[in-house]
Amino acid sequence: MVRLGDDPATARRTLEAMWRIRRFEEAVDDLFARGLMHGTMHLSIGQEASATGACFALRDDDAITSTHRGHGHCIAKGADLERMMAELLAKETGYCRGRGGSMHIADVATGNLGANGIVGGGIPIAAGAGLAYRLQGIDRVVVSFFGDGATNEGAFHEAVNLAAIWKLPVVFVCENNKYGMSFSTEKSMAVETIAERSGGYGLPGVTVDGNDVEAVNEAVTTAVDRARAGDGPTLVEALTYRWKGHSKSDKNLYRTREEISEWRDKDPIGRFEALVVERGVLTATDVEEIRAAATNDVRDAARRANAAPDANPDDLLDAVFATA
Amino acid sequence: MTTNTTQTTGSATRTAAEPGATGSEPRVMTYSEAIREAIGEAMTADDRVFMLGEDIGVYGGAFGVSGDLYHRFGPERIRDTPISELGIVGAAVGAALAGMRPIVEIQFSDFTCQAMDQIVNQAAKIHFMLGGAAQVPLVLRAPLGSGTGAAAQHSQSLEAWFAHVPGLKVVMPSCAEEVKGLLLAAIDDPNPVVFLEHKLLYRTSGPVPAGSERIPLGSTAVRRTGRDLTIVATGIMVSRCLEAAETLAHEGIDVSVVDPRTLTPLDARPILDDVSRTGRALLVQEAPGHVGYMAEIASRIVESPAIFRLLAPIRRLSGLDAPIPYAPQLETASVPQVDSILEAARTMLKES
Repeated sequence: MVRLGDDPATARRTLEAMWRIRRFEEAVDDLFARGLMHGTMHLSIGQEASATGACFALRDDDAITSTHRGHGHCIAKGADLERMMAELLAKETGYCRGRGGSMHIADVATGNLGANGIVGGGIPIAAGAGLAYRLQGIDRVVVSFFGDGATNEGAFHEAVNLAAIWKLPVVFVCENNKYGMSFSTEKSMAVETIAERSGGYGLPGVTVDGNDVEAVNEAVTTAVDRARAGDGPTLVEALTYRWKGHSKSDKNLYRTREEISEWRDKDPIGRFEALVVERGVLTATDVEEIRAAATNDVRDAARRANAAPDANPDDLLDAVFATA
Repeated sequence: MTTNTTQTTGSATRTAAEPGATGSEPRVMTYSEAIREAIGEAMTADDRVFMLGEDIGVYGGAFGVSGDLYHRFGPERIRDTPISELGIVGAAVGAALAGMRPIVEIQFSDFTCQAMDQIVNQAAKIHFMLGGAAQVPLVLRAPLGSGTGAAAQHSQSLEAWFAHVPGLKVVMPSCAEEVKGLLLAAIDDPNPVVFLEHKLLYRTSGPVPAGSERIPLGSTAVRRTGRDLTIVATGIMVSRCLEAAETLAHEGIDVSVVDPRTLTPLDARPILDDVSRTGRALLVQEAPGHVGYMAEIASRIVESPAIFRLLAPIRRLSGLDAPIPYAPQLETASVPQVDSILEAARTMLKES
């Protein structure tokens, strides 16, 4: 299997995606801290490899469902940074025209069927999209992203079962970042891994290092191939960690500074950079340029988004129902 | 809002087929058969339409509604599911997002509680929340109501819950004649539609148009026009009110019976016009009265100039604010019956 860090073009794309996610979220974090962005947000800094590795296993016309912590999925699937930033900045030019915000960004054109504010909410929707593609005779695959916490929701179990009995073209990607808000996986489940929950439904389950973008990509590619061939769904558990708190209110009372620091040392981006430089696929200068370009892209996106008109309340009632 | 009022007079409550749509004569069939016919026609006309639900396949549906559809369309399009309401409604939402037109059957509307996240947080909000970038054209069919001795968890009338959620359309077809046209309109609609069928109506029959005329969602029907009192009723209460109206007519009390047909969108104009004319409004629903749908109708009346024409206080006649009990005499006593409608109407006329 070809790895993401084997050739310069793919390695560059992979690194670009991860840096764009990192820089986007750092910018959002900063805007919130400075009181320039309202509402709430959930950052995935530290989890860039699972979003990127999984989305890079998909074709452009494949679909994803995402989560409240979904900026990374969105960007890795190809969303426009300016429209994302505009949405968070409450602008009319945002993906949802200011009606959704951070937790509801979707980009149907790039196959992103939507982030979701409800834990587990997107999982049955992914199964349904897979069913639609099957009924339409299209060989598209759906990746459903969710966290460890969602696997304790009934929606997860019902959706995985439906996908399994109907052999739907769905890949369930659990980003296990160890905590459902503050509640650790050690406390929330009596099994060792989330992958083994697949055994209860008759589908394969694998656990991979979620901070290794190549490992995630390899596992999801295998699962996507299987799904596309009509052999049914797979559960992929990617072990990762969010460096930031659950949301703005998080004081990190449930985890230690040492634990956070330990995971910062496993930075998925630095790790991939070191790998591709060591392999001689990219140079240190290339890496530096990619990082700088991502910084610039995010800065430009924020500047343009900020200049856009504010979301307009005049037609809110007309927006409730679709008309045709 | 679309307004398409069906005006009929006398006790005949029949909605004429849209003129020119078809030359075929209506056939007498049951409410369930009419639903099945609508689904079969929609599936024949549009490959995107399919059905999923529990025991809708060989079994033919818990209330026999899907019947032979499984044999006509096969297991892919008449899709039997596990007992998994949240999963199947969610799958319908996803399929709708991805270009299909799913019809979900939930065996009893009480079981929508199991699927409420997908109905309320997902289906109802996706179009709005995503700034119009996506549509969720799905129909959720579910039987509601009491009268079958199935007790508190199989007999509720939860329509007000759904009508309270922006983004859901809510339909309560009250007769065999119209259930087909309303269901075809619901299947066409690009939004999630909760289609609530009363289980006591399944075996009732009437002349059903052979063609595929749609009854627009948001078109109140005036079933009968009278001089003294306007009765607004939903679901099974429509036929009970019409029966009461016949008796009242013999007593010299001449009443209108108005059926909103769709709770969302609500075509309020015919209600307000009729109440303005009669000066009296009796609002009848099976669901518990407290915070029920008829409270909304009462508000619409008092917020409009119709309030200046009122000769008597508006009166609501509703189910008791209690769960539906099992014992037949208790169950009957829990929701409005023809006798209690008669009593309410007579009292209103006597006191004003």
